[in-house]
Amino acid sequence: MGSVAAVKKVVVLDYGSGNLRSAERALTRVGADVTVSADPEVALEADGLVVPGVGAYAACMDGLRAVDGPKVIGRRLAGGRPVLGICVGMQILFERGVEHGQDTEGCGEWPGVVEQLHAPVLPHMGWNTVSSPEGSKLFAGLEGQRFYFVHSYGVREFPLAEPGVTGRLTPPAVTWAEHGDRFVAGVENGPLSATQFHPEKSGDAGAALLTNWLDTLD
Amino acid sequence: MSLAVRVIPCLDVDAGRVVKGVNFVDLVDAGDPVEMARVYDAEGADELTFLDITASSGDRETTYDVVRRTAESVFIPLTVGGGVRSVADVDRLLRNGADKIAVNTAAVTRPELIAEIADRFGNQVLVLSLDARRVRDGVQTDSGFEVTTHGGRRGTGRDAVEWVVQAAQLGVGEVLLNSMDADGTRAGFDTDLISAVRREVTVPLIASGGAGAVDHFPPAVAAGADAVLAASVFHFGQLRVGDVKQGLAAAGVPIRQEADRPLR
Repeated sequence: MGSVAAVKKVVVLDYGSGNLRSAERALTRVGADVTVSADPEVALEADGLVVPGVGAYAACMDGLRAVDGPKVIGRRLAGGRPVLGICVGMQILFERGVEHGQDTEGCGEWPGVVEQLHAPVLPHMGWNTVSSPEGSKLFAGLEGQRFYFVHSYGVREFPLAEPGVTGRLTPPAVTWAEHGDRFVAGVENGPLSATQFHPEKSGDAGAALLTNWLDTLD
Repeated sequence: MSLAVRVIPCLDVDAGRVVKGVNFVDLVDAGDPVEMARVYDAEGADELTFLDITASSGDRETTYDVVRRTAESVFIPLTVGGGVRSVADVDRLLRNGADKIAVNTAAVTRPELIAEIADRFGNQVLVLSLDARRVRDGVQTDSGFEVTTHGGRRGTGRDAVEWVVQAAQLGVGEVLLNSMDADGTRAGFDTDLISAVRREVTVPLIASGGAGAVDHFPPAVAAGADAVLAASVFHFGQLRVGDVKQGLAAAGVPIRQEADRPLR
């Protein structure tokens, strides 16, 4: 920082899932040039693409497919271009989601199932701590911070993150949180990053995380 | 470590202005909800609640404006309640930047409203705001508590705990439990009411009504509250958010203490 850094162009993917404006405002706050758009061409061109998401998994997948979201995400990743999924926008990156017995196919960027958390109080709502791996870029400087979560479903097993599973591929760096049992709170995997919590609602800690993500864009 | 207990200041807003006096001397405009929201955010509030008590529908436009301007400047969750009657009301508040919506009287009158909102937006956006009191005047309920409407002025004779259970089944994702007996007394939360509801539902509970001192908050948490809400004690500067959090921490309750770790 300090030197003249180019303003990063970020597109928040508009596929009918709420809270686009929150993501837009928070990214603007940390200095990004933000556009909210459903246009695949615009989404492909951006320095970074943010995929938000609230509500039901199946409804989010329907909305995402309607704007060719899975293809846009896949093409960006094939070209090494950063994508950040938030909340259900993280969940849909996994193979499938199971809510109320309904099994929905996700984007399948990672193996794993989104299922109901096992905890005495649900939804998991509020500020929780996370445990991020050494060398994490997203959580750099944020040790001990709390982030704002609102969800009842999560990814409780992430086989790809186990040592040796990915062979010569770089394994995803997984950040875990606990509510009842542990679940995936964040993933960093080459150009693909995601958080289960809402950085856009996590005050200064969330702003710092978004700044960390912007710093990975070029 | 575990989930932090949330401390939530509540602002009563009438036609875009904060009602009930405020005596924060350092405010440019003490009646501006947006300014108040900024102050509470800076003091470490974990979430904010706006209760819209605007009577005339014409003045409701200002509510949307206040919500939008608040969401532009405060980056913590914002719940808005008061006068929410339809899916369209919810949609509009969410679009203006509210994160959660509280329903009260309209849901008591027509419980299906809860399912309509939850089906459309998910249960995580929907808070049941319940004004409950101990039964009186010959009214009897199983729990000994009844639902009131119209700001606690009218009893309904309906069991408050049963209503929470029904609302949770219909799809509310959280309950804002306001004790009308404790409200305004500053004598402490109604822990009997909190435990009675806690025993029956698994959604998060926000305890409200009766806060008057720092040591009133830990018993509410011990009774089962996941969050604690107060209005006038914060507005009048009698208690600061940070003091409440310190009191909770001293009692062994996990809190978010952002001020300990400045980021900038």
